[in-house]
Amino acid sequence: MDGNCLREALENVFEKNPKLRGYVLDDQQRLRHHVVIFIDDQVIQDRVKQTDSLQADSEVYIMQALSGG
Amino acid sequence: MSDKIYAGTRKGLMTLQKGQEGWSVSQVDFLGHNVSMLLEDPRDGWLYACLNLGHFGTKLHRSSDGGQNWEECSVPVYPEGAVIGGGPFVEEGMPKTMPASLKEIWALVPGGADQPEWLWAGTIPGGLFLSKDRGTNWELIEPLWNREERMEWFGGGKDEPGIHSICVDPRDSQHVTIGVSCGGVWETRDTGASWELLGEGLRADFMPPNLANNKNSQDAHLLVQCLSDPDKMWIQHHNGIFYSTDGAKTWTEIENVEPSAFGFAVCVYPEDGNKAWFVPGVKDECRVPVDAQLVVTRTSDGGKTFESLRNGLPQEHCYDIVFRHGMDIDQTGNQLVFGSSTGGVWISEDGGENWVSITNTLPQIYCVQIAK
Repeated sequence: MDGNCLREALENVFEKNPKLRGYVLDDQQRLRHHVVIFIDDQVIQDRVKQTDSLQADSEVYIMQALSGG
Repeated sequence: MSDKIYAGTRKGLMTLQKGQEGWSVSQVDFLGHNVSMLLEDPRDGWLYACLNLGHFGTKLHRSSDGGQNWEECSVPVYPEGAVIGGGPFVEEGMPKTMPASLKEIWALVPGGADQPEWLWAGTIPGGLFLSKDRGTNWELIEPLWNREERMEWFGGGKDEPGIHSICVDPRDSQHVTIGVSCGGVWETRDTGASWELLGEGLRADFMPPNLANNKNSQDAHLLVQCLSDPDKMWIQHHNGIFYSTDGAKTWTEIENVEPSAFGFAVCVYPEDGNKAWFVPGVKDECRVPVDAQLVVTRTSDGGKTFESLRNGLPQEHCYDIVFRHGMDIDQTGNQLVFGSSTGGVWISEDGGENWVSITNTLPQIYCVQIAK
């Protein structure tokens, strides 16, 4: 993912795949309640604006958190 | 074999009785209320029902006469100021902890044969409680609550973490093993005074690869222990089926299970720890039976092979899922019963070879128990 911060990187990905946006972010552009993102094995801090910084070699995992039964 | 089954449902506690004309609902208690957990204590016959009232919170009722008369007793209470970790969902600027307040009694288990009137309760959020007087008073097991790892637990299935499995070792009542969603498998050998995090070999696909084997993040859906051979334990985990032969220290993942290794419930044969039953769904993202055909899978060789048992179970357009406490096995190991997310109950009296439908019209079923 290219970008200096997570949101920038997400936007770059959404540009290529617009439909993905609504699966990761809600209608207010917050991270969806049951989605979690890790940057280099750390859970992100800013679920609202996704301003967490990225390094050039950062690994980003977008995971579905556990929900339902 | 038993002629009575209890089912805790979305709309009450249902008692199912076998009469001359077969099985039928014989009694309904707590009509309209969530019965999140129930227990018939095999040591004294007392019956317990855990309720989640929409307006008025979590309650516990008990009956000394098989459900003819009920009295409300106490529920576990967290100490003043107790908090849980926010988990991975805390937003920037929000507190990293949240007040701990009882959401649900998710596990209720009798103490050992040498501990009459003792009850263990696992709660949401993340508390283990002990009552030594049939639920009149409860104490929080603080040595577990105070472990720093607990603050990293997070919700699996529910928004807050919870303790859903409590296994009291039949050889030694001081030895208790618990399962937490999501917080792994923990063991005490001194009735809760000290705790060790177990679970080598468990795997969590919902974490990044480097963290997948973190013991404290594992999501066992249910942990069960063989009564006659208690070192043999099974986990139906969020990411599959795992088997331990050393009392939960190390786990082997059972792969290539057909039609699926995803599910919630598991029962183990009381006389042989190599034998266990599961009710599979497709996968996390598709929680329905594979091909809309309801099956029970059974292994008799410690997970090397599995059979799909389907005689008497619906084989088309069936979308029933069995929740983690929704299946039970009797002491003989031949009678099995399970209740589903859409109100079906099926019973087998031959170890799962053949099943009979008792009803398809109950409310959503959270838990079932075969009366002793």
